[in-house]
Amino acid sequence: MKRIFNNNRLFSFLIPVISVILGLLAGAIIMLITGYNPLLAYQSIIHSIFFEPYYSGETIRAMIPLVLSGLAVAFAFRTGLFNIGVEGQLLVGWFTAVAVGIGFGDLPKAVLLPLAIIAAALAGAIWGFVPGFLKARFKVHEVITTIMMNYIALHVTNYLIRTYLYTQGERTPSVPESASLSSKFLMDLTQGSRLHWGFIVALIAAVIMWFILWKTTKGYELRSVGFNPNASKYAGMNVNRNVILSMAISGAFAGVAGAMEGLGTYQYMTINSTFIGIGFDGIAVALLGLNTSIGVIFGAALFAGLKIGSISMQSIAGVPTDLVQIIIALIIFFVASSYLIRWLLVRLKKGGK
Amino acid sequence: MSYVIEMRNIRKEFPGIVANDDITLQVNKGEIHALLGENGAGKSTLMNVLFGLYQPEKGDIRVKGKKVNITDPNIANSLGIGMVHQHFMLIDKFTVTENIILGSEPTLGGKLDLKHAGKQVMKLSEQYGLDVKPNKKIEDISVGMQQRVEILKTLYRGADILIFDEPTAVLTPLEVKELTKIMKLLVKEGKSIILITHKLKEIMEICDRCTVIRRGKGIGTVEVKDTNPDQLASMMVGRQVNTKVNDEPYKPNGDVLIVDNLTVVDSRKVPVVDQLNLTVKGGEILGIAGVDGNGQTELIEAISGLRKVKKGSITLNQKEITNLSPRKITEKGVGHIPEDRHKHGLVLDFSVGENIVLQTYYQKPQATAGYLHYNNIYQKAKSLIKEYDVRTPDAYTPARALSGGNQQKAIIAREIDRSPDLLIAAQPTRGLDVGAIEFIHNKLIEERKQGKAVLLVSFELDEILNLSDRIAVIYEGRIIDIVTPSETNENELGLLMAGQKEKAAVQREENF
Ligand SMILES: Nc1ncnc2c1ncn2[C@@H]1O[C@H](COP(=O)(O)OP(=O)(O)OP(=O)(O)O)[C@@H](O)[C@H]1O
Ligand SMILES: [Mg+2]
Repeated sequence: MKRIFNNNRLFSFLIPVISVILGLLAGAIIMLITGYNPLLAYQSIIHSIFFEPYYSGETIRAMIPLVLSGLAVAFAFRTGLFNIGVEGQLLVGWFTAVAVGIGFGDLPKAVLLPLAIIAAALAGAIWGFVPGFLKARFKVHEVITTIMMNYIALHVTNYLIRTYLYTQGERTPSVPESASLSSKFLMDLTQGSRLHWGFIVALIAAVIMWFILWKTTKGYELRSVGFNPNASKYAGMNVNRNVILSMAISGAFAGVAGAMEGLGTYQYMTINSTFIGIGFDGIAVALLGLNTSIGVIFGAALFAGLKIGSISMQSIAGVPTDLVQIIIALIIFFVASSYLIRWLLVRLKKGGK
Repeated sequence: MSYVIEMRNIRKEFPGIVANDDITLQVNKGEIHALLGENGAGKSTLMNVLFGLYQPEKGDIRVKGKKVNITDPNIANSLGIGMVHQHFMLIDKFTVTENIILGSEPTLGGKLDLKHAGKQVMKLSEQYGLDVKPNKKIEDISVGMQQRVEILKTLYRGADILIFDEPTAVLTPLEVKELTKIMKLLVKEGKSIILITHKLKEIMEICDRCTVIRRGKGIGTVEVKDTNPDQLASMMVGRQVNTKVNDEPYKPNGDVLIVDNLTVVDSRKVPVVDQLNLTVKGGEILGIAGVDGNGQTELIEAISGLRKVKKGSITLNQKEITNLSPRKITEKGVGHIPEDRHKHGLVLDFSVGENIVLQTYYQKPQATAGYLHYNNIYQKAKSLIKEYDVRTPDAYTPARALSGGNQQKAIIAREIDRSPDLLIAAQPTRGLDVGAIEFIHNKLIEERKQGKAVLLVSFELDEILNLSDRIAVIYEGRIIDIVTPSETNENELGLLMAGQKEKAAVQREENF
């Protein structure tokens, strides 16, 4: 036990785990108070996502954009930047992927599919570049500008769909098969879920983030600037350029998240009256995943599992899906108050001796 | 007899290292008790144990004869223990008063009672001769005043046992004198002080007793009046220490650095370096003496590319480097040991190894085509750690976990290893123990011997006098005189540093 406490990395790993446990416990208490059976509820979640192929497939499907938006937030955070604009970057990425897919529909799949994904990444990167540039050049805080960029993205994509790509049902036409990520094989395997090849893209993205941050000189610079901009400047790094670059790369991850929805899950884009929320969930996923690639995958798995599992929780245990939202919120609350948990752990350590 | 503080057989471990190993410390009431030891010996750790920041694995603590269990700083506070840390813990954007009351805010009907607090702060500061400006923000006051704020903070909480962790390392000589006065006043008022310092002179001057620790072990406690600096030094290091003097013959070669008519302005557009001229030759150590805030920081920042030059030029090896980027200037052969090691010198959350390559990470063999070779990086780090005797469990430890002095050694290793044509050393031995100082002085002299130019900026006149071939005195952004160490003394330098060139000349006539 003592060794665990002395190991700092393990210590910080414990915090999200304990947060999750506390969140689930608090959720159970709420269920008990409101007259539901928490054991049955959690059991139904676990059973469905692990033993019912349809729900398993849907869980992995839901993970894909969460992983990517989590990576986007985590990447910026490593450079000391708070990218709240993942939502907007995701929307422009989504639209761009769909637009390219429809616009260049004649191209062969081997060209069109990568092209659409790369275009989405670029669109997201541009959307991230703007706040990065404003921060570097005029010292405008990125939280403000990214939030504003979200609204611009929402309304611009809606306008573009309405004007250029409108079809019945308040949405764009579907992308042609040559731009689609969906797969009959995966669908059959999971008894009709919407699981698509995007999960491979998400995994590659996680590896890319890990590689950039930990294996390249650029990543070294980005982390250095994130930890201590003064020393980085002194050591000859260009702090402003790194801020811009970091936001652009972060935006690219978010753009790809959008492409996964546009080319995979839905095959089209609807006109959105409000934000879809995946970008904001990315913040929680990154927080829970301690801004690491692996952590983000686990964080996304948890959130996706809870979201998809809540459907069967409702049908089997009768618990309203809103409660899952509450549990997710509680988990985030406990992660955010990690200070509290740290304090508790230290107390425990002292008491344990 | 009972002691105000008695720490017995304290043991404190960190992963891979025993920072305190069976240390005993006994402090009498009303004394100034020195705690002496090499960098990384475990002084700060021991004091952090006393202050409740760390829990010891073994040993017990008695305060005023009563056995206590100090599990957090609040308990230390309530026992009357206050601590002024090696690195200050103040909030820049808050005023002096706000910082002092932070954590024990006085309230009036649930509302913060700043007025009353301000009065109390003023009263305390008058009582102990601590000149502070209660309504100024921390970021706007000098380091010396920040320290007095830290002292007031402890007094405000009613401390009567004060721990000072290397208080004089960051102060100018004048500020040191003031602090000495304050400490004497404090013990006269019945307070007890534990003072950590590397300056043996200070110990001899103001302390009553001195406890020495070496590599985590207690070596012993001596009465200051029965000892001398040499004995203290050898107790601490375990061997004889020589103050190194630059006694090789002075054979300068060509000009390496030429600063011509340089003007640099601060954020308010006021010139802080004002038409300054300066030359540093290869094979010489040029010392810059001056009172803090006379433009030395800005001069260095201009040379290293961190601050824009308004007018004038800077030339390195006959090539102009004015207003180039820091990276370009570094590549052209300038090394820089920065004044503020936490702000500019290190990325504290990076490992020691990553810090060692902070300027060279993108060059071979550390990287090829943007891909980092961590094996090479850590190999380099390991050999430098060995060569420069940086005390750290390994190269993978975050720089944050190193003791202050060892952080500085890591920076110096990095800068000298690049073997720059011009080495700027700003306060290079601040916070270092005598053994380490000797080592670094040797390194600087070695650089000089190899024909490199060394620009040394230091508030320690001893250091300037012992090492420099020429001394340039800076005053209000200009070099007002250049003197030779063998033909000057602290008095003359003091007058020059105060801008009194005429008086200095008169004094010189009288002396020679
Ligand atoms: N939080 C920590 N985690 C791991 N190791 C630590 C930590 N704090 C200190 N150490 C190690 O413990 C040893 C003692 O450090 P300490 O800071 O007490 O030295 P010091 O005597 O104050 O030195 P200096 O004069 O350089 O300030 C050092 O080897 C240091 O690396
Ligand atoms: Mg220390």
